[in-house]
Amino acid sequence: MSSLRRYNITRAFRNRIHSTWMILVLSFSLLLPVMLGIGLYLKSVPLLEDQSLFGILFSGTWKPLSGHFGLLPFIVSSLWVTVLALLIAGPICLLSAIHLTQYARPVVLKIMHPVIDILAGIPSVIFGVWGVLVIVPWVAEVIGPFFGKNITGYSIFSGGVVLAVMIIPFILNILIEVFRTVPEELTEATLSLGATRWMFVKHVLIRKAFPGIVSAFSLGLSRAFGETIAVLMVVGNVTRIPNGALQPGYPLPALIANNYGEMLSIPMYDSALMLAALVLLVIVILFNILSRWLIYRVEKNVG
Amino acid sequence: MKKTTVRKAEELFFRVIMFLATTLILFALCLIIYSILKHGLPAVSWEMLTQVPKGGFYFGKEGGILNAILGSLYLALGASIMAFIIGLPVALFINIHLFKYRKLVISIRFLLDVMWGIPSIVYGAFGFTVMVYFGMRSSLFAGMFTVTLFIIPIMIRAIDEVMKTVPLGLLESSLSLGSTKSEIAYRVYFRQCISGITTAVLLSFGRAIGDAASVLFTTGYTDNLPTSLSQPTATLPLAIFFQLSSPIAEVKERAYASAVILTVIILAISLLSRVSARRYQKHKIK
Repeated sequence: MSSLRRYNITRAFRNRIHSTWMILVLSFSLLLPVMLGIGLYLKSVPLLEDQSLFGILFSGTWKPLSGHFGLLPFIVSSLWVTVLALLIAGPICLLSAIHLTQYARPVVLKIMHPVIDILAGIPSVIFGVWGVLVIVPWVAEVIGPFFGKNITGYSIFSGGVVLAVMIIPFILNILIEVFRTVPEELTEATLSLGATRWMFVKHVLIRKAFPGIVSAFSLGLSRAFGETIAVLMVVGNVTRIPNGALQPGYPLPALIANNYGEMLSIPMYDSALMLAALVLLVIVILFNILSRWLIYRVEKNVG
Repeated sequence: MKKTTVRKAEELFFRVIMFLATTLILFALCLIIYSILKHGLPAVSWEMLTQVPKGGFYFGKEGGILNAILGSLYLALGASIMAFIIGLPVALFINIHLFKYRKLVISIRFLLDVMWGIPSIVYGAFGFTVMVYFGMRSSLFAGMFTVTLFIIPIMIRAIDEVMKTVPLGLLESSLSLGSTKSEIAYRVYFRQCISGITTAVLLSFGRAIGDAASVLFTTGYTDNLPTSLSQPTATLPLAIFFQLSSPIAEVKERAYASAVILTVIILAISLLSRVSARRYQKHKIK
């Protein structure tokens, strides 16, 4: 056998090995969400066999010792915190994204890009510390008395503010991308008709990018929904269905994180927590699929 | 005439609040870093960085958090390496082998983006069920495994975004010269994207070191230095979290100091990735 031929056989063999490994890891990565779902489902089966899913999701009684695992207080708290966070972060991101893509000079973008990146990279526990140091006292001393209430500051509102800051870089990045996909010709055509920049923004940009804006918001919403440590540290963690933003709440991820220690000592407790994780997973995946699909549609229409 | 005035006022109004919104974001970042530094810096000491907790540490006595710093570094390093071994081939495969199948590639990216959005606590809970299934107890390895799962989508998508920018001509000319696909992958694409890949790895490393929810169930916590993969390990985010929940003022101050350490690590990583994005351009074909 000539050495060249042997060399080529080795190359082909190496190619085969690499390709096989690539296919293996690709399938592993893509099966990950399925494995997550199945793993958590198998763990929550014991509870589901005992009680109905509907009963668990919509019952307000959380008494693990007597076997009552109503997730409603936690789901409602989660909704409060996330919606509040989006109400704060949404307008700020929208305004800032329009500013950065339409009005700002290049130098401002140069400053804001690292700012957004760093903000996105800060670990959630740091946001939590910041919340405890700054937001909680602020809520207790300024916001509470303003509404005539005497509170500790550990409340849904604090959680919402901290979460809002956390999802701002995330939403802002997507919004900037979305606005960039609006073709330059549209800007030129609108401006050449004598419209001002603002009229272009109001009547063309927002309308054209509307699906993208909706999906950026809903991605932010789902990110906020799963955020754990930072919210856990400022939200108060009281098991009750909250009916105001200044009350303490107990979101779903905080429930899971707070009780891992004792969950093996009480029957069904681990099942209930794994079910909570499964609920979280399903909600977040649904939101993500929906909004990613919307973004994909926007990009496809443009390109 | 009046209409234009109203229009101009409207535009001016919105320009002002848009500017304010941007400033607010900048202000938020500065406020976060400032308040962490202000509370934490006075408590940072050499002792904190170089010692493990001693007796009475959690009542404000001496000791440091070296166990947590080292634990976090080991954890993030191990997870980044594992995620890299899995992530790099996937990204290469998507861009080279599946080049012809555009629809398939789009769906794979779609799925990875969705996975990126799954909260880390869900990965943590899953890691915990796997751990219990195999009868393991909380350990450094279990933590690494969980964090690896959590950063795989991040790693793949970040590398993939860089590889998308490789000019098509490079793939075509390499193929026409008779290279096998794996040679193109590791000798051409890898070199071409080396700076972007470094950034992607650093990004994942930063995520791995800062995440608390996924390691909460799986790595446990200990005052000892991490010595083996099968032992529980302390991590920096959890050290902050636990110390902050203490009622004792000294311990709380240490939590702030630990937060400073974590913030500095994260900022250093971010700086490093900025530098690496500019460097390593030597082998790049334009």
